[in-house]
Amino acid sequence: MADDSELRSMMKSELIELMARKQNHLAYKDVELAVKSLLEQMSESLATGERIEIRGFGSFSLHFRPPRAGRNPKTGDSVSLPGKYVPHFKPGKELRERVTHSIQKSE
Amino acid sequence: MALTKADMAERLFDELGLNKREAKELVELFFEEVREALEGSYNVKLSGFGNFTLRDKTQRPGRNPKTGEEIPISARRVVTFRPGQKLKQRVEAYAGSQQQ
Repeated sequence: MADDSELRSMMKSELIELMARKQNHLAYKDVELAVKSLLEQMSESLATGERIEIRGFGSFSLHFRPPRAGRNPKTGDSVSLPGKYVPHFKPGKELRERVTHSIQKSE
Repeated sequence: MALTKADMAERLFDELGLNKREAKELVELFFEEVREALEGSYNVKLSGFGNFTLRDKTQRPGRNPKTGEEIPISARRVVTFRPGQKLKQRVEAYAGSQQQ
């Protein structure tokens, strides 16, 4: 596993900026509201146990983590941790292929 | 049932008053921008939702499961998703209501 530290990050605001430049018939504010709505819709969907399927990008679903015995790090007492669901992302074919080969281009 | 791009565009139309074509284009554009950023070696951080992070894997030995023949799995870059705190909490809340 290589060190990821040399990779740059793109924040939500920069993504909105790029989208707004490509959609110059829409105000920046509209693009911003749209992105917020998309992320809210996706969160809501997972929060109600519904999958998300975006062809060419990937799918989001919930994975179950079974209950386990844990420990209170301060007191050392054992506590039982209930099972829980966690969000899981599986990249789609197009995203996988585009990213797999980008490693050669970036070097 | 699953949430799809069509559902998302429909809601942009309902909520934001974009016309159907604009709504559909914006949904496409959003996912395309994320793909482009990842392809261009950027990790993508969407606060409140989560981070898409790139991980580089070195070449490792593999095998054709049918023939047993050894073929190396070439070095590659993969995308992982780490849900943000807020999303994790919302999803856990759902789990609580499911387990009786």
